[in-house]
Amino acid sequence: MLHYIGRRLLQLIPVLLGMTFIVFMIIRAIPGDPAQVILGQQASEEAIKALRTNLGLDNPWYIQYFDYLKGLVTGDLGESLRTRTPVVDEVWPYLAATIELSLFAIIIAVVIGINAGIISAWFQNSWFDYLAMIIALIGVSMPIFWLGLMNQWIFSIELGILPTTGRENVRDPVDVVTNFYVIDTLIAGNFDQLATVLKHLVLPGTALATIPMAIIARMTRSSMLEVMRSDYVRTARSKGLSMFWVVYKHALKNAIIPVLTIIGLQMGLLLGGAILTETIFGWPGIGRYIYEAIGFRDYPVIQSGILIVAFIFVMINLFVDLLYGLVDPRIKYD
Amino acid sequence: MGKKKFLSWAFLLLLLVSTALYGCSSDNASENSEGESGSEGDSAEQKVLIFGRGGDSVSLDPITVTDGESFKVTKNVFDTLVNFGEQDTEIEPALASEWTASDDGLTYTLTLEEGVKFHDDTDFNAEAVVKNFERWAAGDGEQYPYYGSMFGGYGDEEGHVIESVEATGDYEVTFTLKRPQAPFLKNLAMSPFAIASPTAFESAGDAFGDNPVGTGPFKFVEWKRNDTITIEKFEDYWVEDEPKLDQVVFRAIPDNSARLNALLSGEIDLADGITPSDASTIEGDENLQLFERPSMNVGYLGMTVTREPFDDPKVRQAFNHAIDKQALVDAFFEGRAEVAKNPIPPVISGYNDSIEGYDYNPERAKELLAEAGFPDGFEMELYAMPVPRPYMPDGQKVAEAIQKNLADVGVTAEIVSFEWATYLEKAANGEADAFLLGWTGDNGDADNFLYALLDQDNVGTNNYTYYESQELHDVLIQAQSEVDEDVRNDLYMQAQEIIHEDAPWVPLAHSTPLLAGGNNVVNFKAHPTGSDKLASVDLE
Repeated sequence: MLHYIGRRLLQLIPVLLGMTFIVFMIIRAIPGDPAQVILGQQASEEAIKALRTNLGLDNPWYIQYFDYLKGLVTGDLGESLRTRTPVVDEVWPYLAATIELSLFAIIIAVVIGINAGIISAWFQNSWFDYLAMIIALIGVSMPIFWLGLMNQWIFSIELGILPTTGRENVRDPVDVVTNFYVIDTLIAGNFDQLATVLKHLVLPGTALATIPMAIIARMTRSSMLEVMRSDYVRTARSKGLSMFWVVYKHALKNAIIPVLTIIGLQMGLLLGGAILTETIFGWPGIGRYIYEAIGFRDYPVIQSGILIVAFIFVMINLFVDLLYGLVDPRIKYD
Repeated sequence: MGKKKFLSWAFLLLLLVSTALYGCSSDNASENSEGESGSEGDSAEQKVLIFGRGGDSVSLDPITVTDGESFKVTKNVFDTLVNFGEQDTEIEPALASEWTASDDGLTYTLTLEEGVKFHDDTDFNAEAVVKNFERWAAGDGEQYPYYGSMFGGYGDEEGHVIESVEATGDYEVTFTLKRPQAPFLKNLAMSPFAIASPTAFESAGDAFGDNPVGTGPFKFVEWKRNDTITIEKFEDYWVEDEPKLDQVVFRAIPDNSARLNALLSGEIDLADGITPSDASTIEGDENLQLFERPSMNVGYLGMTVTREPFDDPKVRQAFNHAIDKQALVDAFFEGRAEVAKNPIPPVISGYNDSIEGYDYNPERAKELLAEAGFPDGFEMELYAMPVPRPYMPDGQKVAEAIQKNLADVGVTAEIVSFEWATYLEKAANGEADAFLLGWTGDNGDADNFLYALLDQDNVGTNNYTYYESQELHDVLIQAQSEVDEDVRNDLYMQAQEIIHEDAPWVPLAHSTPLLAGGNNVVNFKAHPTGSDKLASVDLE
């Protein structure tokens, strides 16, 4: 299996290289001058020229690209044009914020999605099945903007039980260690803060979980339906095993592979695609970091930000592929 | 099979551990820049004001930035030599308690407050002021953009207005200028020219923006990027009984509706960027109050005068008659704006109130178009702003209304829009027939509007219309160095007449940006420049 992992990691190189190239070309093809944006509307022509030279934006694109790659090899992700801080130094808090939120969302999506899918398949064509699948359909097509603002209105303003935005109670800020606030509050042993941090995760987490939850539920249902019709399930049942045992132990194990794939893909999408959620809920994550960098034409941040997200995406998928082997011993890697 | 399982789990473990380690290591690196942040706690008794706003700051070293979100914070961490008035741009004492200008306008002598300390215990004196100006003058347009644009250049450059800054006493600074600069004191009052602790910026270098040290009412505590900036009361502030608050937290909540929700649920105490359509909600809520920021802006429709048919002043005048500005103000600014007739807002001295604005008169517009040779109108592209700005809350809808007005006089306008940076670049390149845009003043001086936006020197940068007039240029240049305030105002009145006649713009509105706060917020006064000093604000 190490051999397999090694080969997969090697395959990463051309994928990521190709991606840096595409991103590099696209952001330079769109009009808009970083020097102008950074210096603002007041800036003089000379100042803009000087800044362009200084940032190396005067060089032909292939030299800029080569310089960027050279930096990447040495672990240098470039320096933000706007804040003049190396991307490596400033990206972690954003990334951690997004990972924390995505994990929370994916846990909600998996727990609810898989169970809803299983029960729907178990009691196929029952009222629960119809209801769950209708909700799933609505979930897939729900605009996050609307859902987010409505949830804020109901749970924060009307009921007053959950906070609208942010990661913490800013009147009682978390002492940052890892930037995963759940872990940080645990380290500090401050359980009041942990409760607040978890509360802050609920609204953005459920908003973010809606779509993956619906997709996972539908996938689980169809995959389970297929497995439940197979011979061994009938055998298990006729052997006298309880339905619960058959469904959750025997059938699920065989039905889970396609669901795992979907979960992996969804997790990757959550990492990069949470811009809307992060905007509505004032979540300081990597989606907003990259999105705002686009507005400022902050080339290094856009390039490296996307590179990091893509890298994680690919790693998650590799990880999921490896999980197959755990779930299903028939799958071998060579 | 057991081995395989083991390997998979080992891999999983490795991934987790490496992630966690990375988290720890990068945190250690950023600890230095975040400074001491351990002094929080018992927040219940403390007066903490949470200020919700649309975006994060870029840097807290005010001289290095141009964005309003940075100045909102630095205004409270630093002081300037002189200050703007509470809600206007008159000059008042600040770190300089008094000043004298020579008759030729070439020498300014400032007497400084004594006994003022920076947050790091460095003494504030003439030496400190000189060091700040030396630092800025030694920079360039990339490092300190505002210095060059307000004082004409750096170091030995020809355009650089400041000849020398000298400490002529422990608490006396003398500025010698190469030529008179009428708005000199107003420039000194701008946030970028706040006085920083020389000890701190000399030792911190580029990192000063992450750990700012000034003489202001609040000192810097912590910055969680894209999330919060926390500042706390400076006990030794030189103004007695200020600040009232123990702590101020600036929170970035980008979405306007979400920010309003946060205010309604009590998570924040103040919110800026309130859209005019939400104003009635706030006024109807007895727990909230609405604040109006005095207008120092203009929203306008610019016409690129180098593009046909906008090279003909008659066409531009026709547009001025064709557009129903009052209807725009009523519909999209919810009445919270004043119809504009000049490029500068009325609060600015030199405003020409005797000019009669173009009235809404489609018939007259048609006549003018016919005179210009377009009795049947023409087709054009109209650029609609993709982002809301205080001077233009909804560019798309304003454009649609203008489109309808133009259709009434036979002109077919196709509305186009681009992402913001693209929009600005295309407009600056002169690619738009007509475009919506606006401006918020920096220092409350007419020069900062008329010269910046309409002089031929600024074609291709802030003069997006490519309008060039030698006559206007002569008047504006003369006004820049005119020391006599009355003569200077006359010159600006003259300038507005020229602009009115040539009509490169349709000035639309001077809007009143809105903020909202809880009823417990006392003494908050919104400043026209957009950055508010919170020293006298209190919570009840």
